[in-house]
Amino acid sequence: MKYNWNWGILFEEPYFGWLVSGIEWTLIVSAIAWIIAFSLGSLVGVARTVNSMPVRAVATAYVELFRNIPLLVQMFIWFYVVPELVPDGLGRWMKRDMPFPEATSAILCLGTYTASRVAEQVRAGIESIPRGQTAAGLAMGLTLAQVYRYLLVPVGYRIIVPPLTSEFLTIFKNSSLALTIGVGEVLMQARQIENYTFQGFEAFTAATLIYVVVTLIVVFAMDRIEKRARIPGYGVQRGQ
Amino acid sequence: MGAFDFGAITRALPYLWDGMQLSLLLTGLSAAGSIVLGTILALMRLSGIKPLQWIGATWVNFFRSLPLLLVIFWFYFLVPLIAQRQVDAFQSALVGFVLFEAAYYCEIMRSGIQSISRGQAWAGYALGLRYSQTMRFIVLPQAFRNMLPVLLTQTIILFQDTSLVFVVGLADFMTSAVTVAQRDGRLMELYIFAAAVYFLMCYGASLYVKFLQKKMHQ
Repeated sequence: MKYNWNWGILFEEPYFGWLVSGIEWTLIVSAIAWIIAFSLGSLVGVARTVNSMPVRAVATAYVELFRNIPLLVQMFIWFYVVPELVPDGLGRWMKRDMPFPEATSAILCLGTYTASRVAEQVRAGIESIPRGQTAAGLAMGLTLAQVYRYLLVPVGYRIIVPPLTSEFLTIFKNSSLALTIGVGEVLMQARQIENYTFQGFEAFTAATLIYVVVTLIVVFAMDRIEKRARIPGYGVQRGQ
Repeated sequence: MGAFDFGAITRALPYLWDGMQLSLLLTGLSAAGSIVLGTILALMRLSGIKPLQWIGATWVNFFRSLPLLLVIFWFYFLVPLIAQRQVDAFQSALVGFVLFEAAYYCEIMRSGIQSISRGQAWAGYALGLRYSQTMRFIVLPQAFRNMLPVLLTQTIILFQDTSLVFVVGLADFMTSAVTVAQRDGRLMELYIFAAAVYFLMCYGASLYVKFLQKKMHQ
């Protein structure tokens, strides 16, 4: 194996700067996408548990649709096809004036895709709460909306902290797909360094370390939150 | 926005079919390879031998903390360097997929093996079978059977993941769709068609998994 090692290249400008900006983009895209995924996913997840056929059907359709199409295809559709499908005025704005078109598309794509996965976790959390609790809430005179607001949703969240951590890490890893539409995240920068310097080994090692370190930090932090959020007596399952 | 041009799709169908065959071949080979490797890793994790357990656990945790895209790039870059010759993208992608997906299949097989009661293995030993025989004839067949729906679900995910070989230019279904889309300037038609095809295949397969689960619980 003939290879010219040069680890110093990672700390030279402009390559070091590229990596730093890559980390910034990865974190920004993941964080905003997570906000969408969490709120939309909670909504869809709750919708899958309510006692109304049409609402449940719509929520189920959402989950199945987003879960059964590869993320890469969804990424291309958000970036290339959606601006063509929306009304003309909005489409023109998306193509011309929307700030950071690549990152915005990537965020919408990751957010809506992960929402379908979060929804499944939220549903599982709510369904694992014994039925008697809902009955008790209703017997105390709470409306069904209040039962969800004060009982099912908050308890459900606390049950699913571990799988939600996995989902956040998934969004963080999946944000690498944003490079296919031109977002300058970590992996894109590593590839660019390889293309410019032929130091692929160093560049990909840097990207690998960044992913592993961020994962370790998140796992460590969530471990502590998980301990505080745990409700004694409720089984906690770790999702994939 | 022009009208939806179905002709753009029908004209490209033979080319897209070639791509789909490659996608399916890559999925099949990767699934077979990573189920075997994943089972070995699961046996290592359950072996009770510290160094083996450590290797298994590190493998799983390491690959699960990385994006698949990074792993594909790694092997696209690394395999030719190690082999000291030109290696086509299919082989390097296959290596990457097997090593990466093995981490996920390992966890499935591990819970499958753990779902078999210990008495079964003891019965095997009492009959005079060796460890390898007990695993091969008693524990693993049952673990596979119990885990079949989950293994299939993971294979559906793997099938979706193969679309990522687009980044190394391997002509699978996704890459073929993108090629035609850009050549003919028909992005909307081809991407929506690709989404529809993937959806029908994956949704169909997931319905079969549900049916299988029901049948097993009877």
